[in-house]
Amino acid sequence: MPALTELERAYAQVRREGTFRKEFQHYLHQYAGRETPLYFAERLTQKLGGAKIYLKREDLCHTGAHKINNTIGQILLARRMGRRRIIAETGAGQHGVATATVAARFGLDCEIFMGKEDVARQSLNVFRMKLLGAKVRVVDSGSQTLKDAMNEALRDWVTNVRDTYYLIGSVAGPHPYPMMVRDFQSVIGQEARRQILKQEGRLPDYLVACVGGGSNSMGLFYPFVRDPKVRMLGVEAAGGGLRTGKHAASILGGDVGVLHGSKSYVLQDDGGQIRETHSIAAGLDYPGVGPELSYLRDRGRVQFVSATDKQAVEAIKFLAEIEGIIAAVMRLAPRWAKNGTIIINLSGRGDKDMMTVADYLGVRL
Amino acid sequence: MSRIQAKFAELKKRGEAALIPFVTAGDPDLETTLKILRALEKGGADCIELGIPFSDPTADGPTIQRSSERALKNGLSLPRIFRLVREFRRNSELPVILFGYFNPIFHYGLREFCRQAAEAGVDGMLCVDLPPEESAELKRWTDDEGLDLIFLLSPTSGSDRIQQVARTGRGFIYYVSVTGVTGARGSFDGQLRSQLARVRRATSLPIGVGFGISTPQQASWIAGLADAAVVGSALVEKIEKARGSTEKAQGAGRFVAQLKRAMRQIRRVPN
Repeated sequence: MPALTELERAYAQVRREGTFRKEFQHYLHQYAGRETPLYFAERLTQKLGGAKIYLKREDLCHTGAHKINNTIGQILLARRMGRRRIIAETGAGQHGVATATVAARFGLDCEIFMGKEDVARQSLNVFRMKLLGAKVRVVDSGSQTLKDAMNEALRDWVTNVRDTYYLIGSVAGPHPYPMMVRDFQSVIGQEARRQILKQEGRLPDYLVACVGGGSNSMGLFYPFVRDPKVRMLGVEAAGGGLRTGKHAASILGGDVGVLHGSKSYVLQDDGGQIRETHSIAAGLDYPGVGPELSYLRDRGRVQFVSATDKQAVEAIKFLAEIEGIIAAVMRLAPRWAKNGTIIINLSGRGDKDMMTVADYLGVRL
Repeated sequence: MSRIQAKFAELKKRGEAALIPFVTAGDPDLETTLKILRALEKGGADCIELGIPFSDPTADGPTIQRSSERALKNGLSLPRIFRLVREFRRNSELPVILFGYFNPIFHYGLREFCRQAAEAGVDGMLCVDLPPEESAELKRWTDDEGLDLIFLLSPTSGSDRIQQVARTGRGFIYYVSVTGVTGARGSFDGQLRSQLARVRRATSLPIGVGFGISTPQQASWIAGLADAAVVGSALVEKIEKARGSTEKAQGAGRFVAQLKRAMRQIRRVPN
């Protein structure tokens, strides 16, 4: 708790500082390669015959996903707090890679916790992290996935709290992380807002983003929360299907609980034990979801739907064939009103998932 | 006066520190746990900390993680833990503290949990991942049912936190001897003595020290500094290694007897 209080204070201070914001903007621009395009997917729009579809191209960020926005923000904060050692949890490895990247850039020691299952599924990202100079700690407790990596990172943090900064990758975990990660990711929505106004002369009708812990969706949604006409849709990972119980849809398939220090929707059994998640998208494999997303859902501000593994793989194939973009697992927009516009957050590139997808399709590489 | 408060008062008169062993409920099954509890009492335990297993025990090291996994694998649930305590209570007046994580209790319903715990004969409750500032709701029901809600302090706790825990806590204050998770350790923070003195100045509650105490020597050293020593992982490991429920219980009882003997040998300065 004292560590969280200290973090909260430090963040409250830098949040108001012009120099911190400038520094953050500088690295987003020069190092992460922002801003990312808001791309009008013309062929996709034609093919689906509905609303105009724009893709927010977070896959074009340095390291291949939106995760870098948050790691830049937090590493700048960690530096100001005088921390020399950075730890992080990772599921698919994208946040681990983004953390290892900024730790290398700023010359800080870095250790990434990753579940044994995920290490096996995402060996390419494990190698990338090592190449970036990070130590990868394989977590073999519990279900050996993201939540267990987070448990182990928390254990490490309380043990080495005096010199270590814990860089959480999603809008989950204890306060102030959900707020801080949302703020750092909000650059997605701020840019998208500016870009759509420029390209369309008006706000979009729909925003769509996939939701695991919820960092990319909160980043896109937050700057539009006060625009009541902009509807928001979160897509959760339904794995084998919501009814099978094998999924990662915390909002649609979970109930209220407390996990990793925040109260939110949680996948749990009758005894309040946390359930294991199932999804072809390793990055969405978290049994909880950001508390603010749960709140926005309860208020009716954000609607939720889900996509099964099968639907997600079909969408990947479709988008790759139509637009030449291999997206990380996502679901295609249904056929909405013709004169409307939709912004879909393309939160990361799908290269890392090729083995998984090939495996799913029964293709041997 | 609760059983916990009465126990500390009684020990104070005798000039002894309390020995509080921790075991995970249902590891490996509830029948064995009941045998172990009885052996702990016979061995000289002054109070029992009974762990409620959780799928994601972030404050625990590998030993207690494994023990929680074993217990959960056998389908442990809160009603079964209450039944265990009720059974133990039939012929014991030893204070029992439930030690666990918030979500299973929250999911069960805080009020219902407290009501059934008290009815089963539980005396206190410690929720490791519930900080005092979030505890008002649980405290309302523990107070209502006469359960002592115990809070943790650690080497990084500042004076505000110490004051707050001194105000809110009941039964005793659980001081975490090191930064980190549960598990046996070779050495302790050199600052422990002065840190405990800081806490002592803020409260009249007894102070128990836990996390990392694994040998009779360490327990006896703690007995000279604090009002109670909590021994968890070292005991759980002994239970893990012994084969068969009778051996597990006997081993646990012997270990606790060794610890208690060592603790009695230290001369305690009255405070």
